[in-house]
Amino acid sequence: MKLDPKIPSGPLEKKWEKHIMEGKLVNPANKRKYDIIMVGSGLAGASAAATLGELGYKVKCFTFHDSPRRAHSIAAQGGINAAKNYQNDGDSVYRLFYDTIKGGDFRSREANVYRLAQVSVNIIDQCAAQGVPFAREYGGLLANRSFGGAQVSRTFYARGQTGQQLLLGAYSALSRQVGLGTVELCANEEMLEVVVIDGHAKGIITRNLNTGAITRHSAHAVVLGTGGYGNVFNLSTYARNSNVTAAWRAHRKGAAFANPCYTQIHPTCIPVSGDYQSKLTLMSESLRNDGRIWVPKKRDDKRPPHQIPEDERDYYLERKYPSFGNLAPRDISSRSAKEACDDGRGVGETGLGVYLDFSDAIKRLGADTIKERYGNLFDIYKEITDESAYDVPMRIYPAVHYTMGGLWVDYNLMSNLPGLFVMGEANFSDHGANRLGASALMQGLADGYFVLPYTIPHYLAELDRDGAPSTDDAEFVKAEEEVKARTEKLLSNKGKQSVKSFHVRLGKIMWDHCGMARTKEGLEKAIKLIPELREEYWADVRVPGEGKELNQSLENAGRVGDFLELGELMCRDALTREESCGGHFREEHQYPDGEAMRDDEKFAHVAAWEYKGEGQEPVRHTEELEYESVKFATRSYK
Amino acid sequence: MNVKLRVWRQKNNETEGRFENYEAKDLNPNMSFLEMMDVVNEDLTDSGDEPIAFAHDCREGICGTCSCMIDGKPHGPEHGVATCQTYMRSFKDGDTITVEPFRAKAFPIVKDLVTDRASFDKIQQAGGFITIRTGAAPDANSIPIGKEIADLAMDAAACIGCGACVAACKNASAMLFVSAKAGQLNLLPQGKPEKDRRVLSMVAAMDEAGFGNCTNQYECSAACPKLISEEFISKLNRDFVGATVRSSFKAKPLV
Repeated sequence: MKLDPKIPSGPLEKKWEKHIMEGKLVNPANKRKYDIIMVGSGLAGASAAATLGELGYKVKCFTFHDSPRRAHSIAAQGGINAAKNYQNDGDSVYRLFYDTIKGGDFRSREANVYRLAQVSVNIIDQCAAQGVPFAREYGGLLANRSFGGAQVSRTFYARGQTGQQLLLGAYSALSRQVGLGTVELCANEEMLEVVVIDGHAKGIITRNLNTGAITRHSAHAVVLGTGGYGNVFNLSTYARNSNVTAAWRAHRKGAAFANPCYTQIHPTCIPVSGDYQSKLTLMSESLRNDGRIWVPKKRDDKRPPHQIPEDERDYYLERKYPSFGNLAPRDISSRSAKEACDDGRGVGETGLGVYLDFSDAIKRLGADTIKERYGNLFDIYKEITDESAYDVPMRIYPAVHYTMGGLWVDYNLMSNLPGLFVMGEANFSDHGANRLGASALMQGLADGYFVLPYTIPHYLAELDRDGAPSTDDAEFVKAEEEVKARTEKLLSNKGKQSVKSFHVRLGKIMWDHCGMARTKEGLEKAIKLIPELREEYWADVRVPGEGKELNQSLENAGRVGDFLELGELMCRDALTREESCGGHFREEHQYPDGEAMRDDEKFAHVAAWEYKGEGQEPVRHTEELEYESVKFATRSYK
Repeated sequence: MNVKLRVWRQKNNETEGRFENYEAKDLNPNMSFLEMMDVVNEDLTDSGDEPIAFAHDCREGICGTCSCMIDGKPHGPEHGVATCQTYMRSFKDGDTITVEPFRAKAFPIVKDLVTDRASFDKIQQAGGFITIRTGAAPDANSIPIGKEIADLAMDAAACIGCGACVAACKNASAMLFVSAKAGQLNLLPQGKPEKDRRVLSMVAAMDEAGFGNCTNQYECSAACPKLISEEFISKLNRDFVGATVRSSFKAKPLV
């Protein structure tokens, strides 16, 4: 397997411009001769489908939701970064680029990240013009706030609902194209297979979730914007239906899966309260602008927070990282919370929680200002916990939130499987080993509005303009049969255990052994346990109901089946990455003060895994990360 | 705590539905309503029955997928929350809870508690957008917008497209939904040039989808999980009258 990142030559600042100039174009009259399949309708999928439709391509946009507006991008709360420097505080494209590289612990691809920072400014313009109601100052100009891992205020936001508003902006652009007939919207359709003909991705097989109908769709190129795979942990901040199936099916057909072990554990989530829990709820990181994180200095201190005097509190982030304090990046904040709890100083019933305290900010700014900034987040907290964060400190604990790993792509966002493009969280390229807050929305929209529409013509222009292959092609028939066989196998299995029970068990293995801190021993154990669980799954899972109608157990069964394969790969990746970097922390590799120890000599590379078949060990390939502009530095937020 | 459930079961849109009774036992009051439904579904699966189909996804009140009518109220007894943000502590031990789908002609039932709300997408496609080509936007700060207007637009934009407004309305009107999207875009300077077109197209699409008329009782606003104000309906009515009048006097170029 050859992994050529296809990074353009020339100085970093000029690469993207040069690449656009040197790339091939598709004549406007010819664009309508190209069919493009877009899988996913989140920020990346909706923005790309709308833009490509507008350019004149024939686009089909698939979503397994009942409407494109339900994609999980909608749940992002905090904001979107852009190097506008509207605050006159020293921001620039280079600074956003550098912060992202450093935040990603020097494990992302330099040229991609620079491009991301460059186009970030266009995103804000585009969204404002669409009518996204960003927060504004009294003078009518856009407001900003600061976010973890940065010392400038470059985050644009729409209350605590930034993802919702950006997605609705992209959805409105997509809806306009659907109305104009340039994009065909295929809702309630789940992609279950990629079709590869002569080594190129040429189509997909989908199952209609409402009718069970299985259909073949062919195209000149297939684009995945299908999100991340954090639900492999079962409990996470992801929507319940988020899954890896589209990406995993592509992986099985030859697309390399890069850095699967890079998982982001978000520091500010509402702690788990019981074993019935179905999901974890994020409290936006923006809260750390005004909230102070602390635990009691004494172990097993059961006093209520207001009875613990100031000098008996440990504001551990402020103590350990004085220059970033409560705004230390996510991986560092999460790990510090875990350390405090492992040390017996956690709070709440389970001892797995730390305080996020607003009392100083309320004294300083007044409850009204705090309400204005975070009112909806305080409301969510109250709904879930029945406690008012205006009166008592919030209790928070880290939870799985985002996956930096994903399908390997080159500079054009094309995977190693020609014709298969991957955008947003589903690809691996921009966030390295740790994503900074407010950068996911930026990447999703950058890929969809401003990158893919420029890079996909390079591929299309190389193809002959004949129609997309016939769906009667033997490969389509074969792929459809595979989907049908798998569905039939699940329905006819008639085992004893529910799909959910397996998902819970897999999640526990992953959280225990491939979570916030990983060890060789634990990972080896997981690599033994997961295949056993997988075998048990296929022997004993029970999927009630029929295939020819809405069957949510069947949907979940397919997705959990794929998670059971992915989980093992994540552990293998974590085991072979003998260093600590970003969200990947190996206990064997740390400095005496507990900080992560990177190994740039041996691991300044992307690990991209090749699928070799069921029951076969996957093969690890590498892409060296070459930094032309940035020098490796120990990532310090002290 | 324990509760009894009366749940609407319906195989598909062609067959008739009926209420079935279930018991949910040993619940924690801090469970969400949907987590309680998960427990019931696990029990059904274990006993070889088919679980209850219900729509859900983000489980944090923002995606708008969940849509249960609980004891006759869209999203249940609490004010300003979606079904997924309803917790069992809102009910009493021993309660019987009736669970139904959102009912409206324009929302056909797919199965059990799941309905098809594609009619909302159709309205959006008719005019719920500002026409702006990707890459053609001016600098974001070149369009100043007063904070009050921006905040009001955000109030309207908070709509999650769940359809509770339609389910709450005796006429199954979609006026709150349409007025929220049209209101957001019409308030902003970027949305002014195509304001009349937008209003006329969206209202036409709403009528075509089979939604009923608004008779100003505002059950919609009371049931809205995002508490969108009925004043947006008044604004839509004003904008609609203006657009209708202006469209009957076709603008002529000044010579």
